[in-house]
Amino acid sequence: MNDMCQPPGLAPETFGAQHYKSDYKPIWCPGCGDYTVLAAITKALATVQKPPHEVAVVSGIGCSSRIPAYTSCYGFHGVHGRALAAGTGLKVARPDLTVLVASGDGDGYSIGGNHFLHACRRNVDLTYIVMDNHVYGMTKGQPSPTTEPDWDSKLSPGGTGVRSFHPLVIALASGANFVARAFSGDQQGTAEIIAQGIRHPGFSFIEILSPCVTFRPEQRDWRNLVHPASVQPTDDPARAAKRIMTDDGFNIGVLYAGHRAPYAGGPSPASADMAALEAEFAV
Amino acid sequence: MDGSTSIELKQAAHVVQRDVSIAIAGSGGSGVMTAGTWLLDAAARAGLYGLMVRTSGPQIRGGEAAALLRLSGAQVESLDDAFDVLVALDWQNVHRFADEIPLRATSVLVCDADAGEVPAVFLASGARVVALPLKKMAKAAGSWINMLALGISGALAGVPQAQLEEAVRSGWKRDGDGLAANLRALNEGCLAVAHLAGSPLTGSAGPRRWLLSGNEAAGYGALRGGVRFVAAYPITPATEMLEWMAPALARTGGCLLQAEDELASINMIIGASFGGVPSLTATAGPGLSLMTEGIGLAVAAEVPIVVVDVMRGGPSTGIPAKSEQSDLSFAVAGLHGDAPRLVVSPTSISDCAATTHWAVQLAEALQCPALVLSDQFLGQSQAIVRAPELPEGAPQRLVAPAHAPGYKRYANTENGVSPMAIPGTPGVTYTADGLEHTEGAIPSSQAADHRKQLDKRLRKLTGHDYGSRWADCEGDAPLAVITFGSATGPVREAARRAAAQGVEVRVIALRLLMPLQAAALDRALAGVERVIVVEQNHGAQLLHYLRGAYDLPGQPASFHHPGPLPLRPAEICNALVAWAREEETLA
Repeated sequence: MNDMCQPPGLAPETFGAQHYKSDYKPIWCPGCGDYTVLAAITKALATVQKPPHEVAVVSGIGCSSRIPAYTSCYGFHGVHGRALAAGTGLKVARPDLTVLVASGDGDGYSIGGNHFLHACRRNVDLTYIVMDNHVYGMTKGQPSPTTEPDWDSKLSPGGTGVRSFHPLVIALASGANFVARAFSGDQQGTAEIIAQGIRHPGFSFIEILSPCVTFRPEQRDWRNLVHPASVQPTDDPARAAKRIMTDDGFNIGVLYAGHRAPYAGGPSPASADMAALEAEFAV
Repeated sequence: MDGSTSIELKQAAHVVQRDVSIAIAGSGGSGVMTAGTWLLDAAARAGLYGLMVRTSGPQIRGGEAAALLRLSGAQVESLDDAFDVLVALDWQNVHRFADEIPLRATSVLVCDADAGEVPAVFLASGARVVALPLKKMAKAAGSWINMLALGISGALAGVPQAQLEEAVRSGWKRDGDGLAANLRALNEGCLAVAHLAGSPLTGSAGPRRWLLSGNEAAGYGALRGGVRFVAAYPITPATEMLEWMAPALARTGGCLLQAEDELASINMIIGASFGGVPSLTATAGPGLSLMTEGIGLAVAAEVPIVVVDVMRGGPSTGIPAKSEQSDLSFAVAGLHGDAPRLVVSPTSISDCAATTHWAVQLAEALQCPALVLSDQFLGQSQAIVRAPELPEGAPQRLVAPAHAPGYKRYANTENGVSPMAIPGTPGVTYTADGLEHTEGAIPSSQAADHRKQLDKRLRKLTGHDYGSRWADCEGDAPLAVITFGSATGPVREAARRAAAQGVEVRVIALRLLMPLQAAALDRALAGVERVIVVEQNHGAQLLHYLRGAYDLPGQPASFHHPGPLPLRPAEICNALVAWAREEETLA
């Protein structure tokens, strides 16, 4: 996998999805949608052909956030809700790396909500993948920001009575440059969307409906509800917002692809040495 | 302005010839900070040393403000006990500074004759009041009242007019007519008090000198130590460090990112440092509170980062623009879990550069967070100082080579430091983790893995050789003062004064607060019978930290009070003398 080992004149080695997988066995429940998201991520990386050691997968806390260790890329498994911040620092300091940030609906939209807004508007060139199952799975079944208001749980008997968060519209309004919805049951479609997101310059937001069959067994029915978006992606945010606001929540595909220039605040070419800075203090 | 004033001040000026303290106070954009800054600049041009502390109320712009200066032929690291000169441009709310601007009977108070009554609190000192028509004089000169103040304070302090003029020329960035008017006003100011002025302060052609603030020094030290990525959220009194660093980083091949909050700042620098780039954030107490979760992550994931805490009055939002040393307990104990980390503190404004540089080196070498405890006094004061002696060498992070066979990121090595693979390096990919993990970086909840990693993370800090930089030690008396940070300046001056009164004390200014250097302290305290701990906080935090981690000789005593009033050399000296005599009495 080291291109330095490649004899000159030969085509570079190609990577298959298996080159991006680690040997570790996931801790997820049987039937969890995240298995397919993991497979789609490795497939997407094979599509873009970036060597695994030049890819970093960053996450926070939760079932979804176990993803980095299951890849053979560099991984960073941080603290709850802060994955976008860690991913942003990494990408700004190391623009040469391909950075994926993996999150869940609790991690990304609740505790990480503020970072989500500012990552969208900052538009650093990274890909944000949120595995949304409308529930806190790792802490065993509490309502998340995308949970329906009447969903009954031990922590909120009878439901929260609070309306659901709408991540796609919020991402769009906050300035995300690429907004898509995918369904983990459609591995190939999800892989294609992730590959598009990686290739799209700027902040790419991919919301993946990823069922939690342990705490939300009724989500098995999502398979029958999802349908491909019947329209081409738009670069007009007003049109995209209208579509997203009025769809049924199961519309799958790239819904917005903008042209905003990515964040350009990275390292600058060095022009001064320490002595030059020191001279400015001298009296 | 009767004849006796002149004689009195000349006597006073003779006594304080090598050391003059000046306060310039006013309100509502009257320009006291500009006058103070240019006076300090003029002093630097005249070969002097000096210090300027800024103080202001809680307002954003306008309101009351004062520039507190001390100028000398020798390096000064502390404010004096009282001010020799107060130039008050008006009295609007200036009385709020009465505690911060104590005057002596020999002091001269120059004010605007048309600004109303001198507040009783200033008259109580017995200072000589010289009322001049400042506003009218400024108007006549076509300039501003603060240029008159510059001339008056410069002349009374004994800074030559030629250097005052040079400072004005250098500082004035606008049109030429304004410059001429400013110079006229400056001259008027000098003339108005010429009959009161004492003999000039004499500068020395000594070692190289710098003029800078502690925040700038810390920023410079960080850059010199190798920091190339900064993420931060604005907060008083740390922001100026970031404002200095933003363009300096751009010039040296790095970048600064303004984060949405402190939680983002700390995680951004962890991400950047995971990527191999030495990284820093700067904040104050409230921001440090928000960062603790991230600092713990850096401990567990073994990612080097530097966090500069420019301490201010606390708790909560406290007193944002004034100094205190009350985050020490939090810095050494404020993380959940067993979380070994480095805590260092600069002992002077110029030491902010060397200590922050050292913090970067230590964090990189030991792959852990380093907290730098500066404070508002060190950070926001500007000083003319001897150019600091800075550590040498680039940051030494132990990195893993490509394709290292059997690579384990958290390998349990003898000294606890394990090679870190930098993203982009083939054949050694791993996942950094804040969860407890195995040597191979796989999450683990097993007791043996937890114990092994806890041992390793502690061992790499406790086993490191920190050399002689752990503290500044002076003297060999059987009585010792232990202090840290900005308390060091007034303590050193108090120790010199106590010595003049026949009380010798040994001064130990701790620079490395965590891990506490017990063996080095044993050597530094050899022959010491009793210890007094001096610090600027309400709870005697350093004393309690030391007593919890180390057996201090004798019955340890404490001298401490909270901010925002600075520690004054005289109060510490009095405390030292009383403490030493109490010992004699008991003996």
